[in-house]
Amino acid sequence: MNTASLRLDLQLVADQIFPGSRVLDLGCGSGSLLAHLMDAKRCSGLGVEIDPESVLGAIRRGVPVLDRRVEDALVDFADDSYDTVVLSRTLQTMLRPEFVLSQMARVAERLVVSVPNFGWYRNRLRLLSGRMPVSKEIPYQWYNSPNLRFTTLADLEDLFDQLDLIVDRRFTYTQQGRRLRMYGQSANLMASAAVYVLRPAR
Amino acid sequence: MSTHQESGSVGVTQTLTARLFTAEAPLVLASGAELGPVDVAYETYGTLNADGSNAVYICHALTGDAHAAGWHEGARRPGWWDNLIGPGKPLDTTRFFVICSNLIGGCQGSTGPSSTNPTTGEAYGLDFPLLDMADFVSVHRALLAHLGVRRLLVALGGSLGGMQVLQWSLTHPGDMANAAIIAASSRLTAQNIAFSAVARRAIMADRQFKDGQYAAAGTSPAVGLSIARMMAHITYMSEDAFTEKFGRSPQNATSRRGFGIDFAVESYLDHQGTTFLERFDALSYLYLTRVMDYFDPFARGDALSLLRSHPVNHLVVSFDTDWRFSTEHSLRILRHLEGARQPVTFRELKSAYGHDSFLLDDPTYHATLRAWFDRALEVGL
Repeated sequence: MNTASLRLDLQLVADQIFPGSRVLDLGCGSGSLLAHLMDAKRCSGLGVEIDPESVLGAIRRGVPVLDRRVEDALVDFADDSYDTVVLSRTLQTMLRPEFVLSQMARVAERLVVSVPNFGWYRNRLRLLSGRMPVSKEIPYQWYNSPNLRFTTLADLEDLFDQLDLIVDRRFTYTQQGRRLRMYGQSANLMASAAVYVLRPAR
Repeated sequence: MSTHQESGSVGVTQTLTARLFTAEAPLVLASGAELGPVDVAYETYGTLNADGSNAVYICHALTGDAHAAGWHEGARRPGWWDNLIGPGKPLDTTRFFVICSNLIGGCQGSTGPSSTNPTTGEAYGLDFPLLDMADFVSVHRALLAHLGVRRLLVALGGSLGGMQVLQWSLTHPGDMANAAIIAASSRLTAQNIAFSAVARRAIMADRQFKDGQYAAAGTSPAVGLSIARMMAHITYMSEDAFTEKFGRSPQNATSRRGFGIDFAVESYLDHQGTTFLERFDALSYLYLTRVMDYFDPFARGDALSLLRSHPVNHLVVSFDTDWRFSTEHSLRILRHLEGARQPVTFRELKSAYGHDSFLLDDPTYHATLRAWFDRALEVGL
């Protein structure tokens, strides 16, 4: 049941996680990914979420969850205390994405990060027309958006570099959820979102 | 699926007493001292199911008692956690079997310092042995054995109650599947101990204290105990809660300025202090607060080793305006449990009312407990 309702990017994320591993999901929502991983892959997990209704949903589902800000929760985890740390569609809402990524690299040896791509061509066209981008991935007006940080895939990959995060895999897909078989910079134009599998160089 | 039945009361309840230890087979305390006989007052609500998988143990706070829910004959108020326990309530007694007992060292039916010392025939007074959090757990476990409950679905408590639950899950994790620790602490701060010290000083400096033998002298340190309660009560509420409840309203519109009860808040505290005398014993106040002062379970290097091999699903809850046991106390518990890879859920809830919030029926608070209990029941033992 959980599998059927798993959002496409979450399914992609789930596919990157080894059975039996210990997973930290930052911005876990109501815990659908973790519930799926606990059921289907015998994972143990912990979620971090700040939205009150989502926290309640995770509790009802039996997903251990911390009702804390991601930045606050992260500093409390011990080095290498998780196998995989997931940040799905949350990085853009963080005031300090650089700090969050470096903390994630401290806590786990494998990072799965999914992000909307502000460099997607339709966003670019929208900006060219003099308007801020609004799309399925970014369904907000500038004044009510929870997103604080706007990045293209190219800019994000620069930050990964700077933080010594090695991109093991990158999955890019269209607004309709179709996987793109693209490498290099063309994905930055054609993909509305991406999932990265990263590992700290250490 | 949850049904939307009317929230109800467990009805009229009675406090029962069980003799769990005797002079011949005494309770051996953590200190090595022996105590017997030991009687324990308790109440239960709901029914233990056939496979014994729906038992919930409520550990009460400093001045609580066994009467957590329902009504005693002729009482004006229900049990102290009646808003949580009953048909349709978060601890739905049509589904859960709920147990609540009075602490030893207390004064509301269980053996304590005002009980009769069998060797002297008089009240123990200060001859009553000092207690440890572990002793409370020993007695809770004995009551479970007495009731034929092999394992708990949930152990739950707020404040000192949460501290017992923490001690219990650390030392006997096999006893429970789930542990809820609310507005509690794993180690009192200097400020916490300071408040307790002043409370104890108020009691012991009262001339009627008579070295703890006040009962034999036919008196009681009423002034000291009521001052202790007045001060403690201030720490149980937030500044905003006092403002909302009393502001600066005068007690009497016409009264002249003086050193009496001029403000409404003074009258309230006075009332709290006085009514406390009817239900609480000064010696119990000394003994129970001392247990809290010394509680420091994570100080042991191997504190979490048992839990590591028998994980318990924990819930840790704090309230943002609680300054008696601030959220930092709960985060300390969380860090230790998470560090030991326990499944743990944490929430800091918004409430205007400070430490006492754990006794109130705030909708988000109760929704959180309801969701967590429902899931616990679904998963089972």
